[in-house]
Amino acid sequence: MSGKEYRTITDVKGPLVFLNKTEPVAFGEIVELRMNDGSIKNGQVLDTSDELVIVQVFEGTAGVDLNTGVKFMGDVFKLPVSNDLIGRILDGAGRPKDGGPEIVAEEDADIIGAAINPYSRQSPHDFIQTGISAIDCCTTLVRGQKLPIFSASGLPHNDIALQIARQAKLKDSDQEFIVVFCAMGITSEEYNFFRSDLERTGALENAVLFVNLADDPAVERIITPRLALTAAEYLAFEKDYHVLVIYTDMTNYCDALRQIGAAREEVPGRRGYPGYMYTDLAMLYERAGIIKDKKGSITQFPILTMPGDDITHPIPDLSGYITEGQIVISRELHQAGIYPPINVLPSLSRLMGSCIGAKTTREDHKSVSDQMYAAYAQGRELRGLVAIVGEDALNERDKQLLDFSGVFEDKFLRQSRDEDRSIDETLDLCWTLMSEIDTKYLVRLDQKWIEKYHPDNRE
Amino acid sequence: MSNEGVIYRISGPVVTATGMEAGMYDVVRVGHEGLMGEVIELHGDKAVIQVYEDTSGIRPGEPVLNTRETLSVALGPGLLTQIYDGIQRPLATLEEVMGVFITRGVDADGFDTEKKWKFEATVSKGDEVVSGQVIGTVQETETIVHKIMVPPGKGGTVKAISSGDYNVAEDVCTLEDGTTMQMMQKWPVRTPRPYQQKYAPDTPLITGMRILDFLFPLAKGGAAGIPGPFGSGKTVTQQSLAKYSDAQIVVYIGCGERGNEMTEVLDEFPHLIDPNTGKPLMNRTVMIANTSNMPVAAREASVYTGITIAEYFRDMGYDVALMADSTSRWAEAMREISSRLEEMPGEEGYPAYLSSRIAEFYERAGRVQTLNGDDGSVTVIGAVSPPGGDISEPVSQGTLRIVKVFWGLDAGLARQRHFPAINWLSSYSLYPPSLDQWFRDEIGQDYPEIRTAISSLLQVEAELQEIVQLVGSDALPVDQQLTLEVARMIREYFLQQNGFHEVDAFCSVDLHYKMAKAILTFQESAKSAMAAGAELQDVVNVPARTELMRGRFESTYTEEIDGLVNKMNEEIAAAIEEN
Repeated sequence: MSGKEYRTITDVKGPLVFLNKTEPVAFGEIVELRMNDGSIKNGQVLDTSDELVIVQVFEGTAGVDLNTGVKFMGDVFKLPVSNDLIGRILDGAGRPKDGGPEIVAEEDADIIGAAINPYSRQSPHDFIQTGISAIDCCTTLVRGQKLPIFSASGLPHNDIALQIARQAKLKDSDQEFIVVFCAMGITSEEYNFFRSDLERTGALENAVLFVNLADDPAVERIITPRLALTAAEYLAFEKDYHVLVIYTDMTNYCDALRQIGAAREEVPGRRGYPGYMYTDLAMLYERAGIIKDKKGSITQFPILTMPGDDITHPIPDLSGYITEGQIVISRELHQAGIYPPINVLPSLSRLMGSCIGAKTTREDHKSVSDQMYAAYAQGRELRGLVAIVGEDALNERDKQLLDFSGVFEDKFLRQSRDEDRSIDETLDLCWTLMSEIDTKYLVRLDQKWIEKYHPDNRE
Repeated sequence: MSNEGVIYRISGPVVTATGMEAGMYDVVRVGHEGLMGEVIELHGDKAVIQVYEDTSGIRPGEPVLNTRETLSVALGPGLLTQIYDGIQRPLATLEEVMGVFITRGVDADGFDTEKKWKFEATVSKGDEVVSGQVIGTVQETETIVHKIMVPPGKGGTVKAISSGDYNVAEDVCTLEDGTTMQMMQKWPVRTPRPYQQKYAPDTPLITGMRILDFLFPLAKGGAAGIPGPFGSGKTVTQQSLAKYSDAQIVVYIGCGERGNEMTEVLDEFPHLIDPNTGKPLMNRTVMIANTSNMPVAAREASVYTGITIAEYFRDMGYDVALMADSTSRWAEAMREISSRLEEMPGEEGYPAYLSSRIAEFYERAGRVQTLNGDDGSVTVIGAVSPPGGDISEPVSQGTLRIVKVFWGLDAGLARQRHFPAINWLSSYSLYPPSLDQWFRDEIGQDYPEIRTAISSLLQVEAELQEIVQLVGSDALPVDQQLTLEVARMIREYFLQQNGFHEVDAFCSVDLHYKMAKAILTFQESAKSAMAAGAELQDVVNVPARTELMRGRFESTYTEEIDGLVNKMNEEIAAAIEEN
């Protein structure tokens, strides 16, 4: 049925085009719109009935008029996938952006992606060393996890994401990750930053980039992450690669979702975002994981900027309910000149328990991580008290904890952008820093680890 | 008009069909692939259908077939140990048929219809049987006897019945009027199964979690809500309840939650041992897993599928506990479908019928006299995921209006690594008046008084903490400093519990009663020692108290606790001498 071109547009509204009676059109079918100047726009069917078809146009509806020709392509949106994707840069709709040839498809993959049967999944348990102490020690990343970075405007989340992409590896293994990078509505400056960094370090050869920039159509952003994840699934589950998907910025994606919802006059949920945003985000985030009997894996690093630094905003809130933890970037630490400004207190890795310990990282990891966290939390709390009553009012224990919180930020959190600390280095550093506190206050450390690892007992 | 119509419109999971005879909640097969759907609205000739599978690629004009049945679950031997999706398709079967990704258009039986079960008849030829009566039994798992009951609405004189090996679809019993009965029966999920009457609950559901059993007990047949922001430990709490509560049957619904989390449950449960029977936990468990990226309409159905299975086991006379994690995702599924239907929204876009649906669901909990006169119960524990942790939103409020137990999870406590992060000031239970008699008879005559003493200490602590925030704890008089110490002991020794520790994860009622008393004993001894001139620091720091507190991680703690308390008392008394 492709080939037939309809000229039955009745309404155009925002990114949506409404058509009168056509042949039966499938839900989700891909549509081509031919402009008067011969250029082509792509769209997808959002609603179909005997009388009316609603099409969402990815490139925006500028230039569409009632005479625009509409062709239904007879199939749902598919991405041509093959090994050739590696090293390529594609635009937000999956077309080459690097001047290279079209991707020769080994197969065409449906971009919506089916849910992985929970029964067929394998629980993630392989420790990924990122070389960043705050993450490796306190919010450990696991292969197959989805761990977002909750950031805000003006914070160095991109540097952190890149550092992770550069340094991430399995402990005692040289096996590299394929990075699938998905840009949604970021500025060309940010994009150039990512691209040149990937080029500089040679990582681009092992990466696939899908790029939708701030001045590209907003609606296209709806499909960009789906393309990226389809590529990632192919590489992971057909070609046995371990894939790290970084997408930035989820906030732009959600805003595009809201834009379409508004154009369809849907009943809005919180802050105008559509009521189905949870399900929609889940369809992206849940495409992370490991499948039994398959060698590859997908680990996701979505980056989102919290509007107004508000963690209860619907975007971070709904994300937090789906993802397996979060890494929270703190403006306060950033302003204090600390990189990476990761606030470990609200940060969390839900899968951490399954990947740390004697077999994977080190036997004292859990104990150390708990103690570092507790001591830092108490030290931070004391800062508030000191502001009121002064440092002299503190007892010995509190003074030590207060001092520790400063050292924690200065020595433990702070590291340079190319500093790659092994997990042993990180844990040893923890012991060195904790030795500033009297051992009797370190109640969360197991005695046996104190005997084995405390600097006083090691020479 | 016939049972076959054609598709008129498709909008996401909502499909409209015309030219088909249809009734509300009829199950239909949509399109050439026969996707499963349910009629949810009728407009003249048009039937609006919610489809349980992805609708991409379906076109107007494709056929729709009405099965004229309502959405039902199959009930019979083989349910236990199963893992289903939202519409009772076993995930293992789906994997066999579809591979690792869930595609569509596959129909699967709820359980193995070929497997032979050993049926033991318990009635004989000539007996009168009525609805709900047990006509035979099947040893379904090591620990659970599955009772085969006369389906509601049927009854008469037995013409033939015999023990033997049957599959679930074979006739095991025939009545004089020609009615045949199989071990499997079907029941529509949206209709509560009938019973004779509801009783007031009088027995607690023992969960093994101290803060719940002691401060905020839940009755067998009661309903509880657990609201909490993300990261506060809802799922861990729900899983602990599924593992350790003393229900005989557990139905666990993972509704719109994380795939990896469900996998963890699926990996872990078969290896866990039920502390109440010593047998594998799976033997008493039915799981329903509909993760957040599986079709939204099936998520809506999953809670009904779960509760119908729970009611079925209740009718056999079992105490059933049902965990739904999370009911917010269920409510969101309703919202999503309602918005596709272009219904007038209520609060925050949720349909206006949200609160009545929530109420109807929790009302299916209860302790009942079953049709056969037995005593059974369904306890419902629903997790709620309020956006931003703010429980003024409609799902939390709709839940709180109906449940009698509120276990409020607190992100602040979780951040302090205080687990279970249940806030002892905002949580409540309305059951103590009806359960206190049980606690007095079974555990200790002064049990309710001890609970009151402990909870008022926590109240006092909260007030004192406000002052401490301003002036520091050293500025308080010593008796108040002692109160703070006692409250700290309650928090760290009693309320905190390590759900992953092999010993601490489950605490019996007897033991937590002793632990609560130990705290009050400490308070008393410390008070009198200080009145006799002992220093607060000396009293607080007696080594035996630390020993008492650390001892709870030892498996022999129940036997040792009395000795440790005595030792503590002696050391505190000795602290007087020193001065």
